[in-house]
Amino acid sequence: MDIKKTFEKYIDIFEKNFSNVKQHESSSLYKIRTEAYEKFKKHGMPDHNDENYKYAGISEICSQDYEFSLDSRGAIVDLNEYFQCEIKDLDTHIALLSNGEYYSNNKPIENIGEGVIICGLNMAINKYPEIIKEYYNQNAREYDDSFSELNTMFAKDGLFIYVPENTKIDKTIQLVNLIHGFGNKNIFKRNLIIVRKNSELSLVICDHTLNNSNNFVIDVTESVVLENAKFCYHNLQKEPNKTGVINSHFVKLNKYSKFDSYILSFHGGIIRNNLFVKMIGEFAESNLFGLNLTDREQRIDNYTLIEHDVPNCSSNELYKGILDEQAKGSFMGRIIVKPNAQKTLAYQTNRNICLTPEAKMRTKPQLEIYADDVKCSHGATVGQLDETALFYLKQRGINEKEAKLMLMFAFANDILLKINIVPLRERIAELIDSRLRGEFSACEHCLMNCNSR
Amino acid sequence: MLVIKNLHAEINGKKILKGLNLEVKPGEIHAIMGPNGSGKSTLSAVLAGKEDFIVTEGEIFYQGRNLFDLNVEERAKEGIFLSFQYPVEIPGVSMINFMKTAVNEQRKYRSLPPMSSGEFLKYMREMKDLVELKSDLANRSVNEGFSGGEKKRNEIFQMAMLKPKLAILDETDSGLDIDALRIVANGVNKVKTKENSVIVITHYQRLLEYIVPDFVHILYDGKIVKSAGKELAFELEEKGYNWIKDEIGD
Ligand SMILES: Nc1ncnc2c1ncn2[C@@H]1O[C@H](COP(=O)(O)OP(=O)(O)OP(=O)(O)O)[C@@H](O)[C@H]1O
Ligand SMILES: [Mg+2]
Repeated sequence: MDIKKTFEKYIDIFEKNFSNVKQHESSSLYKIRTEAYEKFKKHGMPDHNDENYKYAGISEICSQDYEFSLDSRGAIVDLNEYFQCEIKDLDTHIALLSNGEYYSNNKPIENIGEGVIICGLNMAINKYPEIIKEYYNQNAREYDDSFSELNTMFAKDGLFIYVPENTKIDKTIQLVNLIHGFGNKNIFKRNLIIVRKNSELSLVICDHTLNNSNNFVIDVTESVVLENAKFCYHNLQKEPNKTGVINSHFVKLNKYSKFDSYILSFHGGIIRNNLFVKMIGEFAESNLFGLNLTDREQRIDNYTLIEHDVPNCSSNELYKGILDEQAKGSFMGRIIVKPNAQKTLAYQTNRNICLTPEAKMRTKPQLEIYADDVKCSHGATVGQLDETALFYLKQRGINEKEAKLMLMFAFANDILLKINIVPLRERIAELIDSRLRGEFSACEHCLMNCNSR
Repeated sequence: MLVIKNLHAEINGKKILKGLNLEVKPGEIHAIMGPNGSGKSTLSAVLAGKEDFIVTEGEIFYQGRNLFDLNVEERAKEGIFLSFQYPVEIPGVSMINFMKTAVNEQRKYRSLPPMSSGEFLKYMREMKDLVELKSDLANRSVNEGFSGGEKKRNEIFQMAMLKPKLAILDETDSGLDIDALRIVANGVNKVKTKENSVIVITHYQRLLEYIVPDFVHILYDGKIVKSAGKELAFELEEKGYNWIKDEIGD
């Protein structure tokens, strides 16, 4: 397989199976998918000529063929039993996705607030067509992103969260994406999150691959945060070595809203994270954090685009990476401050440590500022561990390996301290520690403290 | 304890130490004085094992062993402690974690069980009191944002924690106020036993009023050019280094 063949395959699948309105849940979804198909057909699969996906390893992902499933794959085992993920002391509502589908035996998440809806996207499409009509594919379609178009063409399910006005959900919602079964799978997931006026939501997404296959996962999440609402998003990624992930998150922020994003990538795969934040209401705030820990041939790319459309918004971005062995990565941070977006605050920092000469990190800040009364800054570094600090630690009798670990952990600590949910922070601290110690594979398939068989 | 014979060391092709000899016996205190750039810190870095410095000639024996057979951390575990002229700030590494790791690594080396958290905190509190280290410093990242004097006091605190056999104090007195100087010097004296030795590198005679040396050496242009008793420090304070030039015919 290659990029061209992969492209043709998707076009072919769509034309054969999705060209008739009856093959869709509703005529509006038919329209949405057809529009995405037409755009995708025009844009094509991004290859190395595509400025945005130049280094994303798409040709490597497309070198394999992936099983595309039109029907529900179902789950033969009881996943609730199979999977018992618990972040110590962190009480969460858990929703499972099984190979991209909202798991039919999920324990219903109820009684957490009047009018709160948490269910599969597929169910929401049928049950809440008004909400779907208002929000579905509204954020994503504004960007000409091929992979999001591809997702829109094929995605049928995922997580749907609707938080009505004046509702604070105390418990964190935990979405667990389980990939299991034989064969290399193509998986499309689609999440839609709506947090209405004065409401609060915290979400943790964990990816668990329970097989040893190489999968190709194309995810899209759209989030809308309305006036004075808060949304806190955590994504913990750990993928097997050959899995390809294109994960795009589109976020729209209304006035006085606050959005925190934590993308913690502990293991790739070839992972590409796109984060599109559009600030359309004054006094909105976004804080975007990222941490990559990679080794071997892994590659993690982060692309962020923050648009300050209106005055008085602030965005704060801190991404860090530690790359070992032959790991590769990139950070592309675009910030656009529109002409009328005065009093914008926009800060961006990207820091990386390459532990070997073979590890390669590219970092590219791109600030486009069209307003004059703004405070913007960016800084990017790619370096090694601080030799003088290493010597200092060793001079006290700490052996080299441990001293390096201490410095790496300290480097990651900045991000850790930004995590506000304390039990989650503590658990992630342990994960970082064991990842840096190379003990990660001890629990091959599990990112969290789970007791899977 | 320590025997240095004809030591030559260079960095980036620049010769710094040019045939240095020194012998330190157990229990002795040696002061090394000398003008800026004469090689004092280079000597301490070579003793601690910093790889940037290349030893081109000479030998060092520590407790009868060839020092060059030991790497940095082994030297530390064998009891060599360097109080840095410029202590390093390490953001994100807490003092507690740092010291706990260091103490327990050294204990492991001596086949002692690791200290429990309770024991460790108690020990740390005692040593903190010994050098009158402010409590909040111990709860911060290593040296991060410490004032110059606080950093120096922190070095002596670490020395108290680790109880070295050979302590090398590289200008530990510089940047200390008068009270701090006394406290730090007292700390050194309290930790000092009849068996362990101290090398004090300083520019000022004042510290030597508290930490009284058995010998004072003048390190000049990479060599020890003069050694005498503590009275040499007074002489230097009074006359500076120019007379040394004349004396050695430089
Ligand atoms: N990395 C380096 N590259 C080149 N020269 C160096 C390097 N490090 C030290 N030197 C030089 O070696 C010489 C000795 O330095 P050293 O720090 O040992 O002096 P010192 O006696 O401790 O001085 P001071 O009293 O100022 O602390 C100086 O001339 C210094 O510039
Ligand atoms: Mg010096």
